[in-house]
Amino acid sequence: MDIGLGHYLSVAAVLFATGMAGIFLNRKNVIIILMSIELMLLSVNINFVAFSQFLGDLTGQVFAFMILTVAAAEAAVGLAILVAYFRNRGDISVDTANLMKN
Amino acid sequence: MDVLGSLGVFLPELALLLGAMGLLIYGVFQETEDGDNEIVPLAAIGLLLAATALVALGGGVDAEAFAGAFRIDAFSQFSKALIFGAAAFAILMSNEERQGSGVRRFEYSILILLAAIGMALMVSANDLISLYMAIETQSLALYVLAAINRDSHRSTEAGLKYFVLGALSSGLLLYGASLIYGFTGATGFDAIAAVATGEEANPGLVVGLVFLICGLAFKVSAAPFHMWTPDVYEGAPTPVTAFFAAAPKVAAMALFARALVGAFPEAVGDWRPVIAMLAVASMAVGSFSAIVQTNVKRLLAYSSIGHMGFALVGLAAGTERGVSSVLIYMAVYIVMTIGAFSCVLLMRRQGGRTESVSDLAGLAETDKSLALILGILLFSLSGVPPTGGFFGKFFVFGAAVEAGLVWLAIIGVLMSAVAAFYYLRIVKIMWFDEAAPAFASGPGVRLGLTASLSAVIMLPGLLFLIGPLERAATSAAASLF
Repeated sequence: MDIGLGHYLSVAAVLFATGMAGIFLNRKNVIIILMSIELMLLSVNINFVAFSQFLGDLTGQVFAFMILTVAAAEAAVGLAILVAYFRNRGDISVDTANLMKN
Repeated sequence: MDVLGSLGVFLPELALLLGAMGLLIYGVFQETEDGDNEIVPLAAIGLLLAATALVALGGGVDAEAFAGAFRIDAFSQFSKALIFGAAAFAILMSNEERQGSGVRRFEYSILILLAAIGMALMVSANDLISLYMAIETQSLALYVLAAINRDSHRSTEAGLKYFVLGALSSGLLLYGASLIYGFTGATGFDAIAAVATGEEANPGLVVGLVFLICGLAFKVSAAPFHMWTPDVYEGAPTPVTAFFAAAPKVAAMALFARALVGAFPEAVGDWRPVIAMLAVASMAVGSFSAIVQTNVKRLLAYSSIGHMGFALVGLAAGTERGVSSVLIYMAVYIVMTIGAFSCVLLMRRQGGRTESVSDLAGLAETDKSLALILGILLFSLSGVPPTGGFFGKFFVFGAAVEAGLVWLAIIGVLMSAVAAFYYLRIVKIMWFDEAAPAFASGPGVRLGLTASLSAVIMLPGLLFLIGPLERAATSAAASLF
């Protein structure tokens, strides 16, 4: 069987949906949310690289590198905020992040 | 491709960037015990003014830099002037905060500068790559700003929530961008516009467009992607909230307009229903949810969601008049918002700040001038003629009607009537309820001046300024088409 563009796009879509589900369904740990975010960004990278290969155009791969860079910066900022949060609360459970409720 | 020529086009941002780096180094070496620094905020305001001047000096020319990824035109100039102004006021407003609230640290001004650079890049972004990089430049600074009071539970929780939902929205936006790239073979807006003619609907492209719109809707906090807004606004330190409510909204809305009108001018039929739906949902959420709020900052958060809905009505029109009405609306909106938050910042009691609506009771007896200023701003926020808010709504609804969206304009008018209820309820609480204890006095000259200035612009000022504002917005919108 030939592996075509559709296969790559399907894998990326499944990974993206998994990441999104991880953000909304997980009630335990904020770290898992960070991992889900990373999963979403990387699934987008698969999309870009697959399209880039299929179109014979390098822009998509440049975009993928940009996303990798930004994802690293984002993880750094996210973890820093998480550390500040943990110092205040002593807990990183999603359920207890409810200081502000209408 | 001439990189040095590109740097000339990029000059205001470059100046801000170098200035911010210099101030960062200066701040680190001059750091005092409590991180307080008087010079950095002033220098940051000076830099923002200089950048505004540079933007104005480069006026009237359409130019592109970095192989078309960065574009300056009347539209970007108009938005940048608003953004830099709002950022300067956000720094000014923090200066009278008490020690230890985080915003007196020198990093606050620098983070605002960095966010302002990101926003300036956003309104000039003319390519999906530069769009994403600009949004992230802005967002990473904003996440840190929300959590800047790192000893406070609320501030760090606000930062965490903003970060998680902001990253989620970036993911949606990127997924949309990847599909758009895949089905058009280009990332530049002009190249996409050449392919996306809207004649034969390409499902992949439409899905990508919808994902992109969802990601951008998060950034302007349009319903149903608004859930982060009330929590973040309530938890973040108030000067930060004032900044969040003003500058990033202008940047995101301008980016929204450029992405849709610049990259998908022919596919207006594909995105208009989505934008109209977002507008209706935002206006409804903003109007109905605000009624039950007791916290002023939360109330203003719902108010800003509602205002984004009204601005999206103009964008849904998708015409030149529509875009110019969005710009007028945003200009009026940020002046009102900065004024309203200055009033909130003046609500002080012994030992801290109060944020409850009931604390405003009988303000007319204890502090007549503050009650008058806040009253004018609330009338303006609700859009009562002849205040500034009325002009904003007038142009937006006018553009919608002209584009044949009469139903949307009617819903908008009904929703602004609902919204008027909760704004005017505060006016009633201030003027007719039994007086609560007076607010504690403290340093507040700059806040008072900011609030009065915005009130003066809203009530008599805009009657005279609306002509020039409309001309500027019209020529700005014309540069997009």
